[in-house]
Parts: sequence; structure tokens; C-alpha cells
Amino acid sequence: MLLDVRQLKKSFATAEGPVHVLHGIDLNLDRGVSLALTGESGSGKSTLLYLVAGLDRPDTGEIYIDGNALMALDDTGLAALRRETVALVFQQYNLIPSLDVAANLAFHARLAGRNDPEWQRHLADRLGLAGILRRYPEQLSGGQQQRVAIGRALAARPRLILADEPTGNLDEATGDTVLALMLSLVSETGSALLMATHSQRLAGRLDRRLHLHAGRFEQ
Amino acid sequence: MKTALTALLSHWRRHPVQLATLLVGLSLATALWSAVQAINSEARTSYARAAATLGQDQLSTLLRKDGSRFDQKIYVALRRAGWLVSPVLEGDKRFGEHRLRVFGIDPLTTPPQAQAVNIAASGALLEFISPPGVFYVSPETATKLAGQATPPLRAIDGIPSGVVITDIGQAQVLLGAPGQISRLLLWPEQPQRRAALSDIAPDLIERAPDETGDLARLTDSFHLNLTAFGFLAFAVGLFIVHSAVGLAFEQRRPMFRTLRALGVPARSLMGVVCLELLTFAVLAGMVGVALGYAIAAMLLPDVAATLRGLYGASVPGAIVVRPETWALGMAIAVFGTLISAAQGLFGVWRLPLLASAQPRAWAQASRQTIIWQLVAAAALLAAAAIIARYGSGLMAGFALLAALLLGAAMALPALLLAGLSAGGALSKSAIAQWFWADARQQLPGLSLALTAMLLALAANIGVGTMVSSFRQTFVGWIEQRLASELYIATRDDTEASAVRTWLASRSDAVLPIWNVDGEVEGMRTAIFGIADHATYRDKWPMLTASPNVWQVVASGDGALINEQLSRRKTLNVGDTITLPGGYKTRIAGVYSDYGNPNAQVIIGVDKLTELFPDVSRLRYAIRVSPEKAQDLAANLRSTFGIPEQNIIDQTTAKELSLQTFERTFKVTGALNVLTLAVAALAMFASLLTLAGMRLPQVAPVWAMGVTRRRLAVMELWRSFVLAILTAIAALPLGLGLAWILLAIVNVEAFGWRLPMYYFPAEWLRLAVLSILATALAAALPAWWLSRLAPSELLRVFANER
Amino acid sequence: MSVKTLLFCLSLALSTPVHAQGFAGLGTSAEGFTMPVPGRRFSFPADHGAHNDFRIEWWYVTANLQAVDGTRYGIQWTLFRSALATDGATGWASPQMWMGHAAITTSDGHHVAERFARGGIGQAGVTAAPFEAWIDAWRMKSRAAANADALSALDLSAAGADFAFDLKLDSDRPLVAHGDGGYSLKSEKGQASYYYSQPFYRVTGELTLPGGPVTVTGQAWLDREWSSQPLAADQVGWDWFSMHFDGGEKLMGFRLRDGGAGFTSGTWISADGVAEPLKRGAIAVTPLRNAVVAQRSLPIRWRVEVPGKGVDVTIQALNENAWMATAFPYWEGPISFDGTKPGRGYLEMTGYMPTADR
Repeated sequence: MLLDVRQLKKSFATAEGPVHVLHGIDLNLDRGVSLALTGESGSGKSTLLYLVAGLDRPDTGEIYIDGNALMALDDTGLAALRRETVALVFQQYNLIPSLDVAANLAFHARLAGRNDPEWQRHLADRLGLAGILRRYPEQLSGGQQQRVAIGRALAARPRLILADEPTGNLDEATGDTVLALMLSLVSETGSALLMATHSQRLAGRLDRRLHLHAGRFEQ
Repeated sequence: MKTALTALLSHWRRHPVQLATLLVGLSLATALWSAVQAINSEARTSYARAAATLGQDQLSTLLRKDGSRFDQKIYVALRRAGWLVSPVLEGDKRFGEHRLRVFGIDPLTTPPQAQAVNIAASGALLEFISPPGVFYVSPETATKLAGQATPPLRAIDGIPSGVVITDIGQAQVLLGAPGQISRLLLWPEQPQRRAALSDIAPDLIERAPDETGDLARLTDSFHLNLTAFGFLAFAVGLFIVHSAVGLAFEQRRPMFRTLRALGVPARSLMGVVCLELLTFAVLAGMVGVALGYAIAAMLLPDVAATLRGLYGASVPGAIVVRPETWALGMAIAVFGTLISAAQGLFGVWRLPLLASAQPRAWAQASRQTIIWQLVAAAALLAAAAIIARYGSGLMAGFALLAALLLGAAMALPALLLAGLSAGGALSKSAIAQWFWADARQQLPGLSLALTAMLLALAANIGVGTMVSSFRQTFVGWIEQRLASELYIATRDDTEASAVRTWLASRSDAVLPIWNVDGEVEGMRTAIFGIADHATYRDKWPMLTASPNVWQVVASGDGALINEQLSRRKTLNVGDTITLPGGYKTRIAGVYSDYGNPNAQVIIGVDKLTELFPDVSRLRYAIRVSPEKAQDLAANLRSTFGIPEQNIIDQTTAKELSLQTFERTFKVTGALNVLTLAVAALAMFASLLTLAGMRLPQVAPVWAMGVTRRRLAVMELWRSFVLAILTAIAALPLGLGLAWILLAIVNVEAFGWRLPMYYFPAEWLRLAVLSILATALAAALPAWWLSRLAPSELLRVFANER
Repeated sequence: MSVKTLLFCLSLALSTPVHAQGFAGLGTSAEGFTMPVPGRRFSFPADHGAHNDFRIEWWYVTANLQAVDGTRYGIQWTLFRSALATDGATGWASPQMWMGHAAITTSDGHHVAERFARGGIGQAGVTAAPFEAWIDAWRMKSRAAANADALSALDLSAAGADFAFDLKLDSDRPLVAHGDGGYSLKSEKGQASYYYSQPFYRVTGELTLPGGPVTVTGQAWLDREWSSQPLAADQVGWDWFSMHFDGGEKLMGFRLRDGGAGFTSGTWISADGVAEPLKRGAIAVTPLRNAVVAQRSLPIRWRVEVPGKGVDVTIQALNENAWMATAFPYWEGPISFDGTKPGRGYLEMTGYMPTADR
């Protein structure tokens, strides 16, 4: 089992007292499997993704990736996890504006110590980025930027890809194309995919689907 | 409208540091500017007062072509030929440690324009003309003179500081010029049937009123210097304001947009924003002007000392609060605010109602801007080169300074960009490449602050090099100039001859230091007589000289002139000058004479007594073996009862000279440090601004597995690298500045040229200082980043951003 | 005679005379200075020169002139000496102060100039023999024959910004001593001065006026007076008349004003130069009409009566605005008179305060 989440709880402090976002989540995911997390805005999808990515810490509960407990990791350990084991794809793309497309593609892989120009070239070809490798993010369309972001995530060959509404900023046609590419590449690499989306239509294209409502899974 | 204002102002409540930066920056900029203005206006007031002494700014005068004194019989002859003129005798006289400008007047004939003093009741007139007379002085001078052996003092407002007005008869006694007058004041309205001037007094010429006065002219460059510094500090301060305002506008962009979307017209929004800015400008302006007065009050005593030391200008040491300085300070604060906010205001005006795809206005690295700046820089530097080659005069000097500084400032971003690109090309790891690329990306946001740092640093290096070069030269010069072991001022001729007799067997040599004052080539000049002695032959700091110069001077066939006279009147060895009284002599040498505002001529002492038999013979230099000097001084004091301050030994004389020197440049030093501090603050403001806007750039890198601590360290490094690059760029600029100051500005301003020395340790110190300042400025934003809650970073990724 | 213009003083810039001490400080005490005494005989030419041991002294010429076309003019030339102290310091320290006034009066104009000078440096002074009195370029210089009185023939000149004059003064009659052989009493309390005159000058010469030069002839009167305290403490000013009657007689009369009736005195001079001091009450001067001049109300029309000499005349000024706007301002101008004995002369009025001051 690649990912094992047990009784995960998370709340945020606000002026009106704590807001409980996750109420004891249990989740597991095997290698090579794609799982869609669906739910309304504010249902806790993003929070769950960020906790799994080691970007934030849960209040209680446990997360194991490849059997390693995230709770046991310090900041440095979590950073290493983000570098080497997981990769993120955001709705806002979050490319690095000061680097060109090629450097963005290679960036995560080089941080992870898995720089593979051949693989990156292949990804660029597959993602249709070959002609725009020297451009900077601000010169790209949304669809292009998201393709770069997906390429960047895959280039690092992570075991788990975490995608947060990856097509949320794209129109339906572009979104479908980009998602199709991502799914196809994920299955090619054997990574697992955990994707948050509010679209049941898109969720239907993944192997599994879980619906999150008010911090709990609904069957 | 009120709702909109409340909404806008709420921003500052939530960002107090930003508000503080804005207000502090504006206050500081205004403060330095106002301080310089206050000092300048204080000095100018006293120059105007001096220029108006005895109505010199309104009345024509009759005087000798060479400015020398003449017999009062000429005055009587002119009066008896119908000329309405009034005699004035002018000269310097020392009372204790205070050197005063004595004006002897005849109150009966003084034109109304010249009546600074109202010698009213007849009792006052009798006291005024009868020995020992009365001294009319400013209240400040009266305080200074209290306790000195002077005639009764009458304090009168409106008399220039350091000036004594007394009866001409008393002045003739005081100045040792019996029967002599310096010039004649010409009444504006003259009677009919005057004889022609050439028939009565062919030696005299008429000079038109001098509205400006010598002091204002002489000190012009000094004040220009101060003004330039004030302006530099102000400009640097504006960088801070620009950063703070820019950030505030950037952060409130969504709020502006919302307000616009809710139906607030662009015009009203602009109005509200302007109102807000004006409020800040007025607040900060008031604080700034007040602070400026405090700084001015602190600096003025040293400025006054400088002006007295360098130009003989007497400026009171107290600052007076003037409404025009307040008004100017407030105006400059408002003006500066609007200039700094122009970009932001323009942004508000043009704000699109819908969010644009690229909100990172600051981050748009505009290659075009940099190229354009580079072209401008090249043009300016070329202009500087042309001015340096072909220009002359003080204005050219300042134009050169401006072109060089502006050119360098323009070139800086391109230079930094090149440096950062090189760094990127040399780096291997992804994170290093990101570091360099990111630094490049930040450059537009930081380049203003870095430019401020460059200018402040270059000014420090330049002025520092100038002052240090000056000091090195000065110290060496003083060694030569103060070669005698003791200097004595006797109180009268009897004492003088007794002392000389007494010293004959007790010292190696007694060298006269006798001088008369007069005009040579239209400049106020002191003419000294010098004995033919090894002391001078071996030590005198000669710049150029004819062969056998000392023999020539001793034999009375030649004169030495100081560098000031040589440069101002382009006189050189071999040229002829006319001494007061009409004696013509050839220049045999030119010597350096630092720290003296006036022209000086040296002739053989025998020639001096021959030409000016009435010369005061009271001061002497004594040669004796150094270990005996103290005993001899003590012995002289006890034997003759000579007051403590009338005998001074070499060491003390040197110390005093160096003290004067240090004070002279204290102001420059203080302004330097303040400017550097303001630049550091500008850096801080810019970094703070950027820190607030950098999360979207930093968050993805963090998400990809770089710790916050590492990111913070990289932030520090980036500032370091930029500071180092700036410091490297500042060095040649500073040296260029020093060269201009030494070779052009000083020559024009003071009349001497100094060799330039290099002080690498000093540069290193300054570089380290500025880098530390930058690091300090970067520390807070970096610390914030290292302690940032993940939720803050995660907000960047939030879908509903 | 009399008190003529004792003006003087000289504290420059003293724009307001000190009233408590009489006009121009003339009532101030004379401590240390020599006082006039009765019975002293004049000694010439020495007495034409300065008497530095007295506090004040003047050489005072007024002239009534007319051009060929009959236009009338008056001129004044005055040199005052005032000693601030009794010491004999020389050079700039000399306590002797000098002041000169010169004026030309026409029916519609009054041109005034004023000069100050320190004694001791040669800018102003008086030498008795050869006689010359001068301040700056103004001078009064004797050209008398060696055996004649130095004052019998004088050259007189002065120039201001808008006027000048050059006159020749000649007299064939003797000097006239006022009072008791030259001792002229000024108050009941015994204030007095030495006072003599030469009232018989015939004048020829030229005036320079803004309109151009004018050749003139006429008659002039010279007063010499010196004292150390000519006014009593309560005397505030005086009205002084010098009168040339068409018949050749002369009259000098004055009234010193005090809180009461004042002190009136005078000298009757016959056409051949015999002086006769007028006894108390022998002369009466009565203001007839006042005019406002320089913010002061001045009696500008007078009746002068000397019953013993058959004089009862009414005086009018050639120019009522003959105001001397000098450091010590006063009224001085040419007059003419009608009545039992018509003629011309000069009137001087001092010590009148501006109306606002009262």
C-alpha cells in the first residue's frame, strides 16, 4: 500500500473559534491507482491533499507513505518527502516565474536528484511543449502552463502525484485534454494519483472516487 | 466617500510597519533637506547682514585701485571740493581668541543707508569719539567679548556677528593706522559743482554698491555642497517613500477594484487616495522639519566654525526658526510624496475593473527599461567625460558630478543584471540557478533602493577620500609650516623689544611674524615679512619657485604668494604684483596655504618695514631646541607676565590647527553617515515591500521540498550579493567623485588643489558597513519568511484566491 | 541780535530736540565752559575766529536779494560750532563739532542743505587771520584790504543738491556790538552771549537754481555770537528779526519765549552804524496770524513796534514755507514789512512743536 491515512483530523483556528475541516478521515491508495476526491468547496479536499503532501500537519491521525509515518518527520524530513516522493499540481499552476519552461520542467526533478533530460524531452513532446521550452510562464496560456506544471510533477518521477483541481482554471475542452494527458502519463509512470475535483464528470474518469462532505467521506 | 476613506485607511491599521516606514522615510528625507536649508538660510542671512554693513550693498564707495589704505587728507580734500563722502577704516583685530572685523566710522558724515548704529544723545556721541571709544557689536559678539579688554560694549541687533563698529579715530589707534582710511562711502545725492575726482584724488576709483558681498560669493560653493548633500539625502529618502507607497497600492489593488466595482468613480477614488497621501505628507513633513531644525542646531556650530575657519565668515551658532524654512519643508514633503506616489496613483487611475491575468506589476522584468537606462547612462557618462576634459569653473564641476552620479545610477541595474546573469551561468544546481534567476527577477523592485545605496556609498567613498587626502596633506603641510618651537604675541612695542633682547641669548633665533593687511589684485590680502632663516629655507611648503627663491625674497627683489592668490588671479612665478602703496614686485614662488580664506603675500622683512614703517611688530616665532621649549615658554610668561594664550608651543599650535580641520569636515561626515543610514532604510523598505509580494514565488519552491529556513537564508544571500555588487560598483564611482572634488570643486571653492591618496582600508570598512546594513535590512523579512506559518504559504495555492 | 539760531547740537540723528533743555539743547548746563561776562572788549581779528572754550558759536549770514527783473530772493549761510567737552583733544578725538546750514528762499521755493563735520581734521573750521570760515566746500572768506576789518569784504559760497550761490559782500560801515558793548543778555536770570553784527553789507553775485543761474544784488547781515549757556532752563525758543529799513537804519529784535511774557530785547542801529540798545519795553512784537507749516502752527505775520523810533510795521514772509528741515528744524526766511518805516529783512522762529505733540 502506497498511502495509508488513518483517523485524520484537522481544524483551523479562527476568530470565531476552531473550524473543524477534517473529522477523522481513513484512506488508502495502492501504487498505480488514481483516486478522485470530490466534494463541495470547503469540504476539506485541499486540506487533505496538503496534509498528505507534508505541507501542513494534522491535529491527530496518521499518514503513512510507503510505510513511513509523516508524523515522525521534522521540517527537513517533510521537505525531503516533498522533493523525492510526492509531486503537486495546483489549480493556479504555480510555476516559477523567473525560470523558463525547460527549467521549470527540470526543476523538481533536479531538486529530487533525478534529473533525466531524456525523460524531460519525452514529457515535453508528449505535453506539446517542445516549441515553447525557452518561454517564460507569463508568456504562456493557462492550458500551456498547466501542462508545464504536470510535466514538472512527472519529471521528478514521484510515487504519488497530488493534484488540486488541476483543470479548475481551464475551459472544459482544454481541461479534458490536459486531464487525459495527465492520466495517460501517470499510468505510463506507474505513479499513484490523488486528485481533488468538484466535477463528478472528471472524477468518473479515475479508477476510484471518494466523496467528501463536511470533513467526512460519504459512501 | 467617507466609507471609501475608512476602507482605505483600515489598510494602515493592519500594516503598522508599512505606515511607519512611509512616515519615517518621508520625515527623514524632509529632515535632512530642511536641516541643510535651515543652515544655509542662517548663513545667508548673516552674509546679507555683512554685505549690508555700513550700507555697502546700497552705497558706492571710493577706494584705491589696489585696495590699500590712504591718508585721511584725501578725505578732507574731497569734502572741501564738494564731495559728500564718509570715511571708513576697516581691519581685523584680535581680542583674546576672537578675531573681529573692526569698522571705524565717522558718525557725523555717515550716509543714512550706512547708519546701523544710532548714536543718539549727544552724551553718546562724546563717549563714542573720546578715547577709549565705544564698541557697537551684535549681542552674540558682546557675549563672546565679555571679559576681554575692550572699550565699553553696546549690543545692537542687526550688526553682523564678529563685526565691531567704532569711531574712526579709535579704529585708527586700534588698527595701528593713524591718519589712514580704507575707503569712502559715497552719499547717493551729491551737491552741485563738485570738482572732478581725478583732480582731487587721482588714486581713487569709484566702485558700485556690492549687493551680494564677498562672503556670499566666497561661500557659494560651500553652500552648494551642502545643498547637493541635502538633495541627495532627500532623493534617497524618496526611494523609501516610493517603496512604501508602492507596496500599499499594490496590496490594496483588490480593494480599489472592489470600490470601483461598487460604483466609486475613478476621480473620487483618486481624490480619496490623494487626500490620504497629503495627510501623511503633512504629518511627516511637520515631524521632518522639526527634526531638521534639531539636526541643523546640532550641526550649525560646526558649520559656523568651518565658515569662520575657511572664509572668515562669522555666522552665529544659533539657529532661528524661520517661517519660510517651514513652508519650504512642508512643500518639499508634499511634492516628494506626490512624486514618489505618481506611479501608484497612475495605477489607480488606470485600474482595470476586472482583474488582469498578471498582477505582478513590480515583478515585470523589463529588459527594455534597462536597455533604455543603459543608453541614457552612456550618454551621461560621455557628457561627464566631455565636461571633465573641456569644462572649467565650479558649475562645470557640479555638472560633472551630476552627470557622473546620474550616469552611474542609470547604469547600475544593467550592471547588476550582468553580474547576476554571470552568477546564474556559473551555477550548477537547480536551486542555485533559481537563486540567481530569482534575484534577477527581483532587480526592478530593488534597483531604486540599490541605486540609493550606490549613491550614498559613492558619496561616502568620494567625500571620505577627499577628506582623508586633505588630512594627509594637511598634516604634512602643518609639519612644515609650524616649524618653530614657540610662537609669541607681545602686547606692545616696549615688551616686544624687551622680549627680543631677553631671547637673544636664550634661543637659537627669533623670527618676526609681522604683517599688514591690504588689497592685492583686488583681494583682501595679508602681507607678511619673513626673515632670511634656515627655518624657512628648509621647511617652507613651496609649490613652485624660481631658483634662489629665498635669496631673492630676502634681498627684497621678489615676493611669495599663496596658492589661493595664484589660482584665483592666475598669477605665477615671474608675474608682477602691486602691493598696497603701489610697490611692484615679481613673484618668486608660490606656496601652499591650506585653511586660509584670504590671499597672502610674503616679502623680505626689511622690505616690509621699508614699505610699511608702521607695521605692528608684536609677533615672533622662536627657534630653540624642542626639549627647552616648555621651560622657555614658562620663563617668558613669568619674566614678562605675558598671558597664557599669547605664547603657544608647536604641539599646541598643531593640535589647534588639526582641531579646526576636524571641525571643518565634521558636517560633511555627519551628512555622510545620515545619508548612508537613509539609504539603508530605503533598502529595508524595499525588501519589506518585496517580502510581502514574494510569497507566490517562494511558495511553489517550498512546496517542492525546500525548507523555509533554507529559503530565508537564500533571501539573505540575495541581499548580500546585491549589496556586494553595488559596493563594487560604488568604488570607482566614489573615486571619480573624489577626483572631481579634489581637482575641480576644491580648487574653485577653496583655492587649493590637493593630491589624491587611496585608502583601501577605509573602502573596505565602508563596503562592509553597507553590506552589513543591507543584511540587517534583509534580516527582518528573512526572519519573517523562516517563521511563516504553512497556512500562510498554503493560501497561495488556495483555489479561491 | 540775539539769540539767533542757536541751534546746534549735533547729536546726529537727534531728530527730536530735547524740550526740557530748550531748543537743540541750548539750555543744557555749561559746566566747565567759559561763561560770558559783562565788560569784556572785543578784540579783532582774534574774535572773528573760534572760541573753543565756549560751548557754542556761530557765523551767520542772511541776505535779501533781487534779480534785475525785480524777483526777490533770500539766502542763508550759517556755520555752527558746538563743543561736546572742554578738553583740547586733537584729531578725530577733538570735541569740536561743526554744522553748516545753507538755503535759498524764493516766493515759491525753499532749497536747504546741511553739513556736519568733526573738528580736528580740517574738514571744517574758522581761522581769524586771514579770515576764513568753512565746512566742506562751503566757505566765507575775507578779501578785505590789510588795514580794513577782515569782515568788511567777504566771498560767500555754498552748494546743495539743487542750488548754489556765490556772493560778494562789502560794507563800509563799522561792526555793531549788541547789548552792553557786545554782552547780550538773554534772560532775567542772567543767561547771555557775546554778540556783534555787520548789518551793512551790499551784495552782488549769482544764484544757481533749478531754473538756471540768476544774477542778484541786495543787502546782507552777518551775526557773530558765542556763549556757553544762552538759554534759561524755561526758555523753549525764540522769534528773531533782522530788519533793513529803506531809510538805511537797521533793527535787531528778539523775543525769547517761556511760560510767561517772555524776554524781549533789541538793538536800534542808525544809518551810519551807531548802535543803541533798546531799553526794556522799548520794542513790542505781536503775532497777527498763524499758518500751518511742517505740522506746526507758526506765527507768520507780525506787528513790530518801536514807539521811540517811530516804527510800527506789519511783517510778511516772502515764502511762508521757509522751513529748515534739518536735524534741528526751524523756520528761517526773508520778510518784507509795511507801515511807518517799510523795508526788508529776515525772520527766524525756533522751538515750535508739531501740533500733534502738544
